[in-house]
Amino acid sequence: MTALTLGSAINAALSKALESDDKVLLMGEDIGKLGGVFRVTDGLQQRFGAQRVIDTPLAEAGIVGTAVGLALRGYRPVVEIQFDGFVYPAFDQIVCQVAKLHYRSNGRIRMPLVIRIPWAGGVGAAEHHSESPEAYFVHTAGLRVVAASNPQDAYVMLRQAVASDDPVIFFEPKRLYHSKGEVDLDADLADAPPMHLARVAREGTDATIVTYGAQVRTALDAALAAEDDGLSLEVIDLRSLSPIDMNTVAASVRKTGRVVVTHEAAREAGVGAELVASITEQCFEYLEAPPQRVTGHDIPYPPSKLEKHHVPDLDRILFAVDRVLERGEGVLR
Amino acid sequence: MTYTQTQDSVTGGVPDEGDVLRVLEPDGARVPDATLEPWIADLSPHELRALHRDMVLTRRLDAEGVALQRQGQLALWAPCRGQEAVQVGTAHALAPGDFVFPSYREHGVLLGRGAQPADYVLAWRGEEHSAYDHRAINAAPPQIIIGAQSLHATGWAMGAQRDGSTDVAVAYYGDGATSQGDVNEAMVFASSFGAPVVFVCSNNQWAISEPVTVQAKYPIAGRAPGFGIPSLRIDGNDALACVAAMRWALDRARRGEGPSFIEAVTYRMGPHTTSDDPTRYRDAAEVEEWTQRDPIARLEAYLRAEGMLDDSGMAEVARAADALAAEVRTACIGATTRAPETMFDHVYAEPHAGLERQRAEYVAYLEGFEK
Repeated sequence: MTALTLGSAINAALSKALESDDKVLLMGEDIGKLGGVFRVTDGLQQRFGAQRVIDTPLAEAGIVGTAVGLALRGYRPVVEIQFDGFVYPAFDQIVCQVAKLHYRSNGRIRMPLVIRIPWAGGVGAAEHHSESPEAYFVHTAGLRVVAASNPQDAYVMLRQAVASDDPVIFFEPKRLYHSKGEVDLDADLADAPPMHLARVAREGTDATIVTYGAQVRTALDAALAAEDDGLSLEVIDLRSLSPIDMNTVAASVRKTGRVVVTHEAAREAGVGAELVASITEQCFEYLEAPPQRVTGHDIPYPPSKLEKHHVPDLDRILFAVDRVLERGEGVLR
Repeated sequence: MTYTQTQDSVTGGVPDEGDVLRVLEPDGARVPDATLEPWIADLSPHELRALHRDMVLTRRLDAEGVALQRQGQLALWAPCRGQEAVQVGTAHALAPGDFVFPSYREHGVLLGRGAQPADYVLAWRGEEHSAYDHRAINAAPPQIIIGAQSLHATGWAMGAQRDGSTDVAVAYYGDGATSQGDVNEAMVFASSFGAPVVFVCSNNQWAISEPVTVQAKYPIAGRAPGFGIPSLRIDGNDALACVAAMRWALDRARRGEGPSFIEAVTYRMGPHTTSDDPTRYRDAAEVEEWTQRDPIARLEAYLRAEGMLDDSGMAEVARAADALAAEVRTACIGATTRAPETMFDHVYAEPHAGLERQRAEYVAYLEGFEK
């Protein structure tokens, strides 16, 4: 095991992928000499050359669209979208082309494409640099959507994403890029849990918090705080948003009977809405209280001085825990 | 060899179809053109007859598509009548290893790649999104999203370049597509990376009801040099000019000289699709004018004058065209609709739990009716 930041774990995964399969290519803006604006691809062009780690023109549809052609020719491109809010110019190529080519060709064309997106807020960034667009992609058939919450998962899930014959939207929580964790760099992919499975990040019995990405850490902090209040909260890290591992979610909800879903993305028609609907369909008779959602507001991402009011924090999560425990409107303490 | 004409102002609009390179006049008279001539000097009578034959076949196939739609056998058809020369001419110049990225109107290109009768109609009938095996004919599924395939062609070409092969990618699209961001981004990528890709723009004058003057105030071929891509503006109704331009572009690509752009000035004789009514937006006189420049009549006149085609040759081609049309009709009418649960197939290459649950639910629902 090696202590690595989430960013370094991703770098290690990309390095391993480039090393073990010469069909793997990295493409993106500033990923070569600069090593990416977050330095996630640092040193990779130096090591693998400009033919494998490609600095592209500043054109997101161009990056994704040419990656489609490269995949058709037998390559496995891993593209970097510089920031979450910059993915929209490539949206047509992702949802109309990347997502559908396997289906349109009756399975003859494979799209082993990974689209890495430094994602979500909490870093005091400028406009368009803190968005949570995951629901758009979850809503699109043909895409797999995953979100890493820690260095070990980032390392393993990214390698799994590169190995997958399906296109994968790979969300990297940018506010965790510098957070460290133990990573087993020699982990055998065959032994690792598949990326479509959720992870019980913390076991508990009183209520379940379901979340993903950087919110996993916030949820764990909330669970720790609730422990002081004598509460045992279970935290589920979804890891995969499409498909959602409902078996793990449902097992937890059946055990606790109470559920809070939290994410940073807007509430309306978000991943939380899907989760609550599925939980209601599958676990209705186990529920002791209405499920609660703690999400970003249905607003454009606010100016960074206000983002702490938008991104759900420990207190907002505990406030919702109070509601599912029917303990009134107050914040636990 | 590059398009060099400049225009000082936009007041004159785009140059008309007379301002193009050609070697066959509308009446079939052969005229010299220094740029095109070297690329077609070696065309044998056999190859010239094959060009003619495939154009006739394309027109017959197209007529059959329209008829099948009118008879309710196809949901829609996008006619290509009038554009046979650019489709067949450019496709004839290709090598087997080259890969085409067609739009939905490229029936003549697919013919050139060896598509089978069912391949032309099953998608328009609503049975499959793309019926043909892209690997068998080296053609991507037909593209509906305007211009999106230009990027795929460029990426494929970047791959061919990395593989050290001499394979070339070809993107086909219309004049309307040149307004799209993807087409412009494709030129940036192709130029920056020197990708072996040929962009073939069939300027057929109309994007549904929008005339080309809405897309372009300057010759479309004139844009490519601005990206560092040489271009030719040719008579798209002159099959020989189409072969020549394509050979020029392919040769550049195979020699590692990167992308090329061809604007083939032609005319869409029919509607945009069978749902369209072109009488609402264009004059009969315009259509009549273009009828005089018909690509098939032009090549026929030339071949007859040269003694390469006679009545019996014409009859033989007509028989082949009728046979193809009959095969297409049979493939269309004989098509069987897949079982409903197959609509869940191939969404993903690997199992997807959410979708599998939906499939199981729907199958159970359907089975409820059978009890």
